Amino acid sequence: MPETVIELRGIVNQFGQHRVHDNLDLDVYRGEVLGVVGGSGTGKSVLLRCIAGLRPPQGGSVRIFGQDALNCSEAERRAIDMRMGVMFQDGALFSSLTVRENVEVPMRNLPGLDAGLRRELADLKIAMSGLPYKAGDNYPSELSGGMRKRAGLARALALDPEIVFLDEPTAGLDPIGAAAFDELIKALSETLGLTVFLVTHDLDTLHATCDRIAVLAEKRVMYTGTMADMLHIEHPWVHEYFHGPRARAAVETLERNA
Amino acid sequence: MVQILPDTAPASRAPARARIEAVGAGAHALSGVLDLRSLPAILPQLEALEGRDVQIDLSGLEKIDTAGAYALIRLRARLQEQGAGLSLSGVQPDHQALIERVAQSLPKPETETAAPRNLMALFDTLGRKVVDLLRFLGDLHAMLGLFLARLVYVIRHPTEFRLTALIHHCDQVGLKAVPIVALMGFLIGVVLAFQGSVQLRQFGAEIFVVDLIAISILRELGILLTAIIVAGRTASSYTAAIGSMKMREEIDAMRTLAIDPALALFVPRILALLIVLPILGMLANLTGLIGGAMMAWIELGISPGMFMARLLDDTSLDHVIVGFVKAPVFALIIGVIGCHAGMQVGGNAESLGAQTSSAVVRAIFMVIVADALFSVFFALLGI
Repeated sequence: MPETVIELRGIVNQFGQHRVHDNLDLDVYRGEVLGVVGGSGTGKSVLLRCIAGLRPPQGGSVRIFGQDALNCSEAERRAIDMRMGVMFQDGALFSSLTVRENVEVPMRNLPGLDAGLRRELADLKIAMSGLPYKAGDNYPSELSGGMRKRAGLARALALDPEIVFLDEPTAGLDPIGAAAFDELIKALSETLGLTVFLVTHDLDTLHATCDRIAVLAEKRVMYTGTMADMLHIEHPWVHEYFHGPRARAAVETLERNA
Repeated sequence: MVQILPDTAPASRAPARARIEAVGAGAHALSGVLDLRSLPAILPQLEALEGRDVQIDLSGLEKIDTAGAYALIRLRARLQEQGAGLSLSGVQPDHQALIERVAQSLPKPETETAAPRNLMALFDTLGRKVVDLLRFLGDLHAMLGLFLARLVYVIRHPTEFRLTALIHHCDQVGLKAVPIVALMGFLIGVVLAFQGSVQLRQFGAEIFVVDLIAISILRELGILLTAIIVAGRTASSYTAAIGSMKMREEIDAMRTLAIDPALALFVPRILALLIVLPILGMLANLTGLIGGAMMAWIELGISPGMFMARLLDDTSLDHVIVGFVKAPVFALIIGVIGCHAGMQVGGNAESLGAQTSSAVVRAIFMVIVADALFSVFFALLGI
């Protein structure tokens, strides 16, 4: 049994009278790529924000690396945050900094790291995210959407985190760019031993990268399992999702390539 | 997969350390955790390694991350440059995979050719700036022309005029600015009366304080300061409103829906300023005179009645006319600059902020320049 790095129990998220999550449980194991799917408005991004500490839930417990992440001191929370990286949907890069400076930002807090080495490590992260060297000197507004996502990933990886959260990593990318991004996620998770928490709508991404899939429906995590498990679930929404025309196309493409 | 220490204490409190020990001639053993946090401490020792063939045993290494792998690769590159070599032994398979992955994706720096800094470059920059300035002035005239053309169009096709938008902008630009403009005018009158009375009392010409206040406020200050306040309030709001529409492609959407942005956005805004600015100027004149009269009464004992009589007898109507002739010109300057800057906004929020602040600066500057030109013009005419 692999170690559980994130453990959610009884999570309640509520906006006014509208309850998004009710008694939601979820475990994330070390080293896996977990894909979170669900219809619009089922609170996938809310769940991500809740684990990343951007939005405290109204109820329940969040344990990260075995530590209570909700009732801990600020220093402990900071220590947890430094072991996690988040890639936001459009990169959320600081627009007044170049890509290299963006990647350097998280490293500035580390004592003893001199500017030269920091710059070299930032260049390394930019290269590992599949960006050309020159992109480091560009400002975010000068990059395409796909490049901004890669730059966002480079910044999320700056501190060599153990968990990376990816919010819709392939949304808005062309199919070739999306496939390349899928491969990048897979390769990074394998070589860096990353645990990846991935929110997506993209069936191809689910097929290509995820070890396990969690389906959000009816205000909680209805099912978890591999892609193969998902195909046998009778729940109408899940069946529709994984057996719809687009899903079939994704499966066929994958089988053809295999 | 990289093996990681069991989670005990938070990483920041007790950073795990890497140790390097010499175990023989040129042979070293690296153990502990070689990651981004422990790297600064161990790096000097790694950098100090010398020798023909450096061997490092990594079998005692518990954890390595990309930063640690990078340090080893950098060390190897340095040793190879010196004609030596680095061999790693006892590397665990997952560590090996990571080191290879980092070595593969090592960035290849491209040397950039910096532009030579010489006299030519200086002239080049200067020339570009001048051309940019001329282009900007040209753009402003194009915007003014567009406004006038659409105004004529609207007069010929009154059904296409957006009256609701005009009234909305009159309310925003005019009515909502009344308190601040009135207060400003009043305070200017007070200050002028006070400063004037101190000077004029010295040679017993107290009564001339009325002329001082009347001429300076009616002719210059009332309308100029109103225009400056409106430039600050309105040019920025026009730029921000049009700019954010431009940023979210709303203006492009209007064009594809056969709505003319100039007709829908610029005409009501600039027209509202044309209507409202003279009224605000009049208000500033009025409150300025009231403030001046009050101060003259308190400071010099000139009663309001006397102030009024002196004002009506001695102050030529020319001053009022000179003041009001400027108002439409100032309104056009503010409106055109505000709308033009809005259309210059690009795809990001940063350019919106930059254009908004530059619109205010340009509008205020151009208003003052126009005022100076008016002074010269009226002086030549002898009014």
